[in-house]
Amino acid sequence: MLKLSRTIAFSLPEQASTVAPDVDWLFHFILWTTVFFCILIFVLMLVFAIKYRHRPERGDESPSPGHNTALELTWTIVPTIIVLLIFFYGFRGYLDMSVVPPNSYDIQVKSWMWNWGFIYPNGHVDSELHIPKDQPVRLVLTSDDVIHSFYVPAFRIQKFTVPGRYNRIWVQATEAGEFPIYCAEYCGLNHSEMEAKVVVHETREEFDRWLEVASNPEMQPDFHPVKAGAQLAQARGCLQCHTTDGTASTGPTWLNLFGSQRTFTDGTSAVADEDYIRESIFYPARRITQGYPNTMPSYLGVLRDREVDWLIAYLKDISEHHQGDPTAPAAAKAVQAQPPPQ
Amino acid sequence: MAVYAPAPGAATHEPHPRGDNYLTHSRGIMSWLFSLDHKRIGIMYMMGILASFFVGGVFAVLLRTELLTPGPTFSSSREAAWNFYNHTFTLHGAVMVFLFIIPAIPAILGNFVLPIMLGAKDVAFPRLNLLSLWCWFGGAIFFSYVLLGGILVAAGLDPKYVPGGFGLDTGWTFYTPYSTARATDGTIAALLGVFVLGFSSILTGVNFIATIHMLRPRGMTWFRMPLFLWALYGTAVIQLLATPVLAITGLLLLAERLLGIGIFDPALGGDPILYQHFFWFYSHPAVYIMILPAMGVISEVISAHSRKHIFGYNFIAYSSIAIALLSFLVWGHHMFASGQSPLANAVFSLFTFSVAIPSAIKVFNWVSTMYKGDIRFTTPMICAMSFLVLFTFGGLTGLFLGALSNNIHVRGTYFIVAHFHYVMVGSVLFAFLAGMYHWWPKMFGRMTNIFWGNVGAITLLIGFNLTFFIQFIAGSLGMPRRYATYPEHFTIYHQISTIGSYVMAAGLILLFLNLLHSLLRGKAAPANPWGANTLDWHCASPPPHDNFPVEPVAGDPYDMKAWKWDEPTQQWVLDEDRAKTVAGTEPTIHHH
Repeated sequence: MLKLSRTIAFSLPEQASTVAPDVDWLFHFILWTTVFFCILIFVLMLVFAIKYRHRPERGDESPSPGHNTALELTWTIVPTIIVLLIFFYGFRGYLDMSVVPPNSYDIQVKSWMWNWGFIYPNGHVDSELHIPKDQPVRLVLTSDDVIHSFYVPAFRIQKFTVPGRYNRIWVQATEAGEFPIYCAEYCGLNHSEMEAKVVVHETREEFDRWLEVASNPEMQPDFHPVKAGAQLAQARGCLQCHTTDGTASTGPTWLNLFGSQRTFTDGTSAVADEDYIRESIFYPARRITQGYPNTMPSYLGVLRDREVDWLIAYLKDISEHHQGDPTAPAAAKAVQAQPPPQ
Repeated sequence: MAVYAPAPGAATHEPHPRGDNYLTHSRGIMSWLFSLDHKRIGIMYMMGILASFFVGGVFAVLLRTELLTPGPTFSSSREAAWNFYNHTFTLHGAVMVFLFIIPAIPAILGNFVLPIMLGAKDVAFPRLNLLSLWCWFGGAIFFSYVLLGGILVAAGLDPKYVPGGFGLDTGWTFYTPYSTARATDGTIAALLGVFVLGFSSILTGVNFIATIHMLRPRGMTWFRMPLFLWALYGTAVIQLLATPVLAITGLLLLAERLLGIGIFDPALGGDPILYQHFFWFYSHPAVYIMILPAMGVISEVISAHSRKHIFGYNFIAYSSIAIALLSFLVWGHHMFASGQSPLANAVFSLFTFSVAIPSAIKVFNWVSTMYKGDIRFTTPMICAMSFLVLFTFGGLTGLFLGALSNNIHVRGTYFIVAHFHYVMVGSVLFAFLAGMYHWWPKMFGRMTNIFWGNVGAITLLIGFNLTFFIQFIAGSLGMPRRYATYPEHFTIYHQISTIGSYVMAAGLILLFLNLLHSLLRGKAAPANPWGANTLDWHCASPPPHDNFPVEPVAGDPYDMKAWKWDEPTQQWVLDEDRAKTVAGTEPTIHHH
């Protein structure tokens, strides 16, 4: 549930980072400069248009000069001073955004068509970015395919993610809550559905606890592989392209997939067993189900082996071709597909 | 001293004079397609360019309609709808940028007006001019193929009947790796189209530079040239130096895509950001190819319709050249968030602000021109005044973008979309309309209906602001661009914007119907309906085939007082005595 804005201007999101106040201050400086010069030009133009409109009875105006050096110098020098000020504040604000403080908490950010992955120092990979408040966090950005842009309006930060290279940004959150992350560089079909969120925890302890739980689902008392698989499917973006209720989407539906006969675009066919599922997750381009595009990214290095096992357990649970695990909690089915985020 | 007087019979109220003019000079389609007459070439450009504007406009209305709600509008399937949207916004951008806005003022108004403003018979290289025209149509054919192919396939045609690919979904910017590794095959034809179109631009630039250097008449020193020619000159310099970079970039993209060379592919040791440097090295100067001629039109229109000498001639002339040169130093401001070094970012930011200053100087000078004028609210003047308002505002929003810390927050959002539409549509389009309405009597010998023209212009002004002002707010709130769907809370912004686009369409339709109507029913135009003094108003409306039987001598181009209103004949008449004393001497208003 996103916090309601406590905006300074009606057109800026809430300020949730240490750099946001400076950015917003400069925004307002430029805004009022803009307002001033716009009013000046509009008013002068309107006054002249009315005062000097053609009236046949008016005689020849006294000749007016065709130039005025003092005016020219004034309206050259004053704008120059103003833009130099704007440049200076903009550059200084940008340097604050670029120079990473020491002792930052490092998180890797991966991006691909069309999802985000956040890799924490302990190796845990999550689809949400969690950070503690009041702590500098350094984000190392990269892409697996095309250029994306990691954009958090509430933090006022943005940077391209580029394949084959790492870009770095940093942030120190000043407000706890949840804030949207958007992809802000066009990347194809579902560019506009690449929304993620950053969750700012009030304290470092709260953040550490979240990470502990997220990294070790088996350590939770109500753990079951089927339920973990269902939650993983939701959290890791599988359900962006695969449904669990039988409807077709970018990818084949998972309902009754496990154990079914699959026909591929190269004409071969096979039964969807554990090996097939594993191959589809790590090497999706090897065999494409007929009627579907070759757009699934690989999760090699992104999903751990035991996570693949949980997904397989989940797929078995929702397939009529498998008799299912009687110990699987009924709640696993209830964690089934919510539709992909709107 | 020979001072040119209007040709006999040119300034009358009789219907279209039966004397020889460029339209009636020869007949048959071949006499047009192979014409070396700059005026006919300008008219042919006009037809192709306006058709492209219409196509680009249809795409705009389609894409805004898709955005009425976060859900799909044109399809029940999200995937089909987003795919359609991606093609639509790409083609809207590509068609508008490459086929309309870059060529419009230079190729239509420049071609028609430049030689007659110089009192010349034609441009320096008429055959090269015809080649430029054919290059434009050649490029247009590639785009049409991509477009038509996409439409037919969307309507159900089997793709195998569209060899070479169709559709374009890369964005008009063609960023790698998406354009090399992921985009549809129509990318190839589109890039070839861009390559061919580039030559139209380059060769026109060559022609205009040569013409201005070599064909100025007696009395027209550089600082006695009309400002529209300074503007076209600056534009031509950019066209010449920047466009080849685009052509090469397109070829490199094709090579990457077809031959797998790897310049932009990190897996092969290449750099996708390098593409952006190449692309923007052309495309930033390109936006000055768009705005400079527009500014030239405004200088002519404001002075003529205020019946007043332009204020600050020297500063405006120097500013045009400054803008042309500085435009080459700022391309990196499109890449502030790309991972470029802070040093590079700072340099590009500083130069970006420097290019704002000459534009500001011009705006102040134009407003000052209206001071103590004798202002007529003709359609060109209404369009020019709209330009002043929209360009001032749109240009100032560039300050947010030049400032590094703010750019980071708003790049890739609707803030950018709003900014460039204010300067490309709000400014260049309005200047183009001002120029069309200003020179329409010269081109076709017909006056337009002022009332409906002004209604159209005001409708367009209102619709334009409705469409784009709200986008600044959406953008600074975080609404990214090129989004087919969006978070619920942005819905109202999109709906207001879409309604605005319908109002814009209505205004534009009115403006163009008004022009058509004048061809059928407009009053015959005199040689000089506005009482302006540039040489283009010293020949008949429409001009004869070779413009001037005798080469005129140039006076002060902004000496409106040389023309007196003759009440009985209801037209402007050249004051021969004043013209005799003015022509060939120092201008009446001294410039230092």
